[in-house]
Amino acid sequence: MSQHEEQNKAANHQPGDPNTTGHKWDGIEEFDNPMPRWWLWTFYATILWGLIYTIAYPAWPLVNSATAGVLGWSTRADVASEIVSVEEANAEINGRLAAIKMEDIAEDADLHGYAVSSGAAVFRTRCAQCHGSGAAGAVGYPNLLDDAWLWGGDIENIHLTISHGIRNEDDPDARYSEMPAFGRDELLTPEEIDQAVNYVMSLSGTPQDAAQVEAGSVIFADNCAACHMEDATGDPEQGAPNLADAIWLYGGDYDTVKETVTNSRFGVMPSWQSRLTEAQIRAVATYVHQLGGGE
Amino acid sequence: MNDPQPAPSLYAAREPIFPRRVSGPFRNLKWIILAVTLGIYYLTPWIRWDRGPSLPDQAVLLDMANRRFYFFWIEIWPHEFYFVAGLLIMAGLGLFLFTSALGRVWCGYACPQTVWTDLFILVERWIEGDRNARLRLHRQKKMDLRKVRLRLTKWGVWLLIGLATGGAWVFYFADAPTLARDLVTGQAHPIAYTTMAILTATTFFFGGFAREQICIYACPWPRIQAAMMDEDTLVVGYRDWRGEPRGKGKRTADSELGDCIDCMACVNVCPVGIDIRDGQQMECITCALCIDACDDMMAKIGKPRGLIDYMALSDEASERAGKPPRNIWKHILRPRTIMYTSMWSLVGVGLLFALFIRSDIELTVAPVRNPTFVTLSDGSIRNTYDVRLRNKHGEDRPFLLSVRGDPAMRIQLEGTPYDSVTVPANTAYLQRVYIVTPKGAAPSDRANTPARIWVEDLTNGERAHKDTTFNGRGN
Repeated sequence: MSQHEEQNKAANHQPGDPNTTGHKWDGIEEFDNPMPRWWLWTFYATILWGLIYTIAYPAWPLVNSATAGVLGWSTRADVASEIVSVEEANAEINGRLAAIKMEDIAEDADLHGYAVSSGAAVFRTRCAQCHGSGAAGAVGYPNLLDDAWLWGGDIENIHLTISHGIRNEDDPDARYSEMPAFGRDELLTPEEIDQAVNYVMSLSGTPQDAAQVEAGSVIFADNCAACHMEDATGDPEQGAPNLADAIWLYGGDYDTVKETVTNSRFGVMPSWQSRLTEAQIRAVATYVHQLGGGE
Repeated sequence: MNDPQPAPSLYAAREPIFPRRVSGPFRNLKWIILAVTLGIYYLTPWIRWDRGPSLPDQAVLLDMANRRFYFFWIEIWPHEFYFVAGLLIMAGLGLFLFTSALGRVWCGYACPQTVWTDLFILVERWIEGDRNARLRLHRQKKMDLRKVRLRLTKWGVWLLIGLATGGAWVFYFADAPTLARDLVTGQAHPIAYTTMAILTATTFFFGGFAREQICIYACPWPRIQAAMMDEDTLVVGYRDWRGEPRGKGKRTADSELGDCIDCMACVNVCPVGIDIRDGQQMECITCALCIDACDDMMAKIGKPRGLIDYMALSDEASERAGKPPRNIWKHILRPRTIMYTSMWSLVGVGLLFALFIRSDIELTVAPVRNPTFVTLSDGSIRNTYDVRLRNKHGEDRPFLLSVRGDPAMRIQLEGTPYDSVTVPANTAYLQRVYIVTPKGAAPSDRANTPARIWVEDLTNGERAHKDTTFNGRGN
């Protein structure tokens, strides 16, 4: 009589009961019931399924990668095919957008709506880093919501700016201008700079010392008016900002204006022609133009 | 003595129930309710309602694609969903009211599970015969040709009813005649077929096989409604003081026997398979068929009706003492039911009020807060608002926008030099609106100033407004 059979003769064991596992804890024994058949077959089926699955799909880790799976499926390919299908779906309207005259976009409600929505998406991806998600800009990065435009705010000019960028040496068509560093290059003495700053700040209505302003106006006429114009309203042909309005790209306090005159500014915007399609550039231009400041 | 008892099974198999045919006033009432509710359900999608050329002409339509709900002369837009919420609250309160007054009257008469099960049992009786024939067929082990034929016929008719149930449901979501044609020609949307298949299957299974199991095990309502009932609630009960001791045999002058002759009629007609003489039971859906069955028997043996009857438990003591039950309205009119009625009416009046003050033009104003304000070159301050203009008319309407709040505020619309915009028929139109205040004006320098945006329909002068805030430099 084996030990098992011996145990099966335990006090509570009834004829017909299954064998016990042989484990015994404080007199409590455990029946050695078989797994339910349906459960067992389901379990085997899942093992088989798992094996097939790991062969068909990427699964087993290797040193630097994993097995690719015989079906060749990948999340990247999924995304790529999704992108392709969206681009195919939009091909027709993108073609229309790229071909139409810029000023006619607003006339076509469908096209305009598409351009604004898709332009907003491109803006959030490519432009928001500098100009802000709400297009309100930051110090040194123009606010696109207001009505002041360094290089012109009609849709053609916005399109030109986005296509080629500003002061950007990678693109020969980019518009370029450079303000002299009046202090650093010693074109003006520190006293003359103070006078010029006093004059410039008086233009937008901040009270300044009258004598300084008087002297500054002469310096302005001789050194600044060529680009910023006699009345200091600026020249969008040269990207020269209007100094008589309420908007300051780098800040309108005395020290900041003095810093600008002393060392000049050189704001650069990249060219997007090589990175965006014509339809995308037009879409962003349309989006920016309708933000509230477009001319 | 230490033989181990086999553990009791935790699973109770369903006891098949074969309700006997019964006739009487309650059965007739149930047939009428069945016909009316099923009629409403099946026919409503086919009622036409002319709304003009640009809108669907179906009286009741849940237009998911265009996000509109049409109910005869009422048209509900998504932002007015509170009407639906209000109706659901009213349905809930109404259910509370009826339950506190009449017990499980919803379960017994109007619940779809009851109505469809009744219909299924009717079909079953037509095909397989009444209780005794069905019992015999059930006990017959051998699947002979007759049993197979009867079973298949019954299931076939059940399936058709199920199909019609699912079929009617989808008509509420699309133009019924068009969808009916598409369904037959195989051109309808897969969702329509899937919905029909699911509802066909659930109707077939719930009405044909699950029946009272749904009420006892699946439905939460029987468990909740005890909270709304009290001893004045009218429930179906057995007057044991009159019926007991029950027994067959002649009633002689010196016999001890009560009125119950133990004919089992009440048990045989019960669709949930209980004996009402055992007292109040969780399974009872108060369908009142046992009342009909017992009254019928009482008439035959020349006793007064009402051995099994609607009664309030609060009357039990006085009835035992031989007094008649109190007037039914004394039971129904009590603080609980009056409170439910007033709550129900309050919500109803509120909804009606909301329906009547509802205007055909509306707007919502979402201030653009990125950035909170923009300084323009002349030093003026501009705030931007996304204004959604709703034109519920069947034709295009010119909307004039204006702002009140501070005399310095000026309104401008994006994309147009004018202060008005044409909103197409039946649409919500998104318009970006600017409020501008000049340099030095009070709102320009304050943190914020309240502003009210008005919209006026230039064709009929109808107006609507929304309050918002204007942010200045002080912000």
